[in-house]
Amino acid sequence: MDRNQLYESLNPDLLQTEEMVRPQTTYLKDVWRTFKKRKTALVSAIILVLLVLLVLFGPMMNPYNYYSNDYTAINSAPSAQHWFGTDTLGRDLWTRVWVGGRVSLLIAILATLFPFAIGMVMGGISGYFGGKVDMIMMRTIDILMGIPTMIYNILLIVVMGSGNISTLIIAFTLTGWMGSARSARGMVLQIKAREFVMASETLGASPVRIIFRHLLPNTMGIMVVGITLTIPMIIFAEAFLSFIGLGIAPPNPSWGQLISNAADVFKNYPYQFIIPCSFVSLTMLCFNLMGDGLRDALDPKLRA
Amino acid sequence: MKKALLTVEDLTISFFTQAGEVQAVRGVSWHVSEKETIAIVGESGCGKTVSIQTVMGLLSKPGSIQKGQILFRGEDLAKADKNRLHELQGNDMSMIFQDPLTYLNPTMRVGRQIAEAYLQHNKATREEADARVLEMMRLVSFPSPERNMRAYPFQLSGGMRQRIMVAMALVCNPAVLFADEPTTALDVTIQAQIIDLMNSLKTKIDAAIVLITHDMGVVANMAQRVYVMYAGKIVEHGAVDDIFSNPKHPYTWGLLYSIPRLDAPVKGAMEYIPGTPPDLISPPKGCAFAARCRHAMNICAQQQPPFFDFEEPEHCAACWLYAQDAKEQYADVIEKRGKENG
Amino acid sequence: MLRYTLKRIGIALLTIFVLATITFFLLKLLPGDPFLNIKVPAAIQEKQMAYYGLDKPVIQQYFIYMKNIATGNLGTSLKYIGRNVTDIIADFFPVSATLGLIALLFAELIGILFGILSAQYKNRWPDYVLMFFAILGIALPSMVIGPLIRYFFGVQLRVLPVSGWGSVEQMIMPAFVLGLATIASNTRLMRACMLATTTQDYIKTAQAKGLKPVQIVVRHELKNSLVPMLAGIGPAIASVMMGSFVVEKIFVIPGLGKHFVSAVTTLDYPLIMSLTIFYGTILVTMNLLVDLLYGVVDPRIRLE
Repeated sequence: MDRNQLYESLNPDLLQTEEMVRPQTTYLKDVWRTFKKRKTALVSAIILVLLVLLVLFGPMMNPYNYYSNDYTAINSAPSAQHWFGTDTLGRDLWTRVWVGGRVSLLIAILATLFPFAIGMVMGGISGYFGGKVDMIMMRTIDILMGIPTMIYNILLIVVMGSGNISTLIIAFTLTGWMGSARSARGMVLQIKAREFVMASETLGASPVRIIFRHLLPNTMGIMVVGITLTIPMIIFAEAFLSFIGLGIAPPNPSWGQLISNAADVFKNYPYQFIIPCSFVSLTMLCFNLMGDGLRDALDPKLRA
Repeated sequence: MKKALLTVEDLTISFFTQAGEVQAVRGVSWHVSEKETIAIVGESGCGKTVSIQTVMGLLSKPGSIQKGQILFRGEDLAKADKNRLHELQGNDMSMIFQDPLTYLNPTMRVGRQIAEAYLQHNKATREEADARVLEMMRLVSFPSPERNMRAYPFQLSGGMRQRIMVAMALVCNPAVLFADEPTTALDVTIQAQIIDLMNSLKTKIDAAIVLITHDMGVVANMAQRVYVMYAGKIVEHGAVDDIFSNPKHPYTWGLLYSIPRLDAPVKGAMEYIPGTPPDLISPPKGCAFAARCRHAMNICAQQQPPFFDFEEPEHCAACWLYAQDAKEQYADVIEKRGKENG
Repeated sequence: MLRYTLKRIGIALLTIFVLATITFFLLKLLPGDPFLNIKVPAAIQEKQMAYYGLDKPVIQQYFIYMKNIATGNLGTSLKYIGRNVTDIIADFFPVSATLGLIALLFAELIGILFGILSAQYKNRWPDYVLMFFAILGIALPSMVIGPLIRYFFGVQLRVLPVSGWGSVEQMIMPAFVLGLATIASNTRLMRACMLATTTQDYIKTAQAKGLKPVQIVVRHELKNSLVPMLAGIGPAIASVMMGSFVVEKIFVIPGLGKHFVSAVTTLDYPLIMSLTIFYGTILVTMNLLVDLLYGVVDPRIRLE
């Protein structure tokens, strides 16, 4: 370019066009991308998937069932016939661990989802309507939450009679909805102020529609994190209740019950204790790490 | 020309982030002399805050000084070690921050926060420090200082909190006072109070003031010389009267014209500078303002302009419009300062 | 401050009231006369009838019950024939309280220390080690780690006594197991608090005053981080209390927790009911004290 051309009006092509350096991305893709970067969370998720597969298909992998007593093979250490060994009544531990896993995981998942669902609805209603409704609801929750859930759980189970999956799920549901109600309400209050809610209202949408179609879906992110982090707490709670004698009644196994029984014979047959403990701890650990990873992935400030 | 107290020479600062190297400050030079007040103006993100925080040794990771010198009384602070910087901070150089609510410790009484700055650099007893605190609070016209010394920040209003910040910054009698957008977080009436306060303090203290702002009105009220910054570089500088009455750089024109005027006709759109500042991870190789400049030429996209001098002392602008080969061609534009209709 | 205090006390009393009411009506759902022990002599039966007012309508029974509780009369145990619940509490609660307080103190101090260290050495090896330890504490519940520690240190290495209560050595393992979960959660919480404080604007101001890093941590970061930690003490107390049930069982410690567990196992309803209310009241009181402490520490509340 000669001297004269240099000082002519700018030809826009000469400018380095600034494309958006970062590619277009949706919310979910972004979350998944950040989640993947956290190796621990990803590995945890994979381990959990494996555990679920084992829990579902493990018992079918050998010919034993979880309730038949075999007095010729009591308390035998892990071997080729009994991969995890047997317990004090000669029952195959491999099968019992996986059947117990079904029970414990089922309880953990249902006893987390039900309270969350109830809590979200209650919190959503409370937050949306505000005013007296909100105040009464929140005060009630404050008072009910003043006592730790475990005390209520123990009381409810004593009254309902222990030993039952449904009993445990009902108890956990009755005592667990308050936390998610509070957090759902908090989020709804934040979202309520945004314009698209006002727009919906102007268009004549009913409160039910607004709550369920607009407000609650926007709380899903936090709720999913909450669910992931609550599941291990329920697994722990079930183990705790079993330990103090309020868990699933024999011969039905649950992880909590397996641990509780094995604690008595730990000195002589440590494998009976260590094996179920390992799976309980592993599951709790993985859910916690996955929940942490999800929470970081959803936090806009930590976006990669 | 007075001897400079603080001279920044070709300062270059980059932040090494996951997304790449952000060239926040790309070779900036300015200076301030004793008891002088200068202003550094520019829009958010142009690098003004990063520059002065670096001068005070407050540059945090992942930022680092790539090039340049920071000469304070002859000493190059860019090469100083941490302990030397701690000696100077709060003592020879101090800073007033933008938002006094978040920049004050919420659980510490304000008197103690001022005293802390004093005791850090002076051996004194509690009583002596408290006396000094009272003295400073009176200096900044703080009402009922004895009682309010023991107040917590949340108990004070915005204007009072900012006065505390000023007192805290002046307690060790610094040679240079940096004010980073001191009025931005306050409402308009309080802004005026703080500006008046700072102007009145100029006669009472020895400090040179380096004022950071994006508000040209504040500049007009307080500064003697102005540096206009854009995308990490200085594009124009000069005495405040020259800049206001005879601005040379198209960006400066944009800044001045975008201030609405009471005596302008009611009809007509407000002026603004179209476009957005460039991405500093891959800054353009030519003039950074070219993409938004109505008068850009081909050379603007290819080469960064050097500074061109003007008649008035110390007035320079980095713009190709003032190159020998362009001056006559664009004399019209220059005279009308970019306006199509006067 | 006064308004805050009165409000907190009011809520606490209301919570205890609600707890007692819920307990009563839940237990009334049990079929038959669970509070009557037909195996005892008629004279004692009459005493029980009079105490519970079992021949009167339910509402009246409720008032008798509430009056009894308010006056500190908690009834007699079914299984420990004729023994007053109040006596049982007086005999065994001090043991549990001592264990709990030691565990809590130990857990709070160590958790806070670890949290500070972890934040200071963020992303370097001390941080990784401490975080790993914290994760373990979360994944290994007391019923898992208890028997393991007991076996390892008590049986294998023989350095610590496996059971009983009274000497300092006997306190070490139970207190550790009881406090582990709290150490873990405190470490993570304190680390998060410290890191959050570090990014606050007023830290920049402190740096601008020429303060050295150590001075900034001690004078500015620490105090502001401890305030949110205070909120964590409530749940920590609840966790230690619940944990005592498990720990006292594993280490055979003659505390109230052990008796509560056996009450649940033997369905000693009067004891269950009274201990539930007792534990609930203790927790509510502890939470109240923490709330009041919060009011003192946070200048915004103290000075309103």
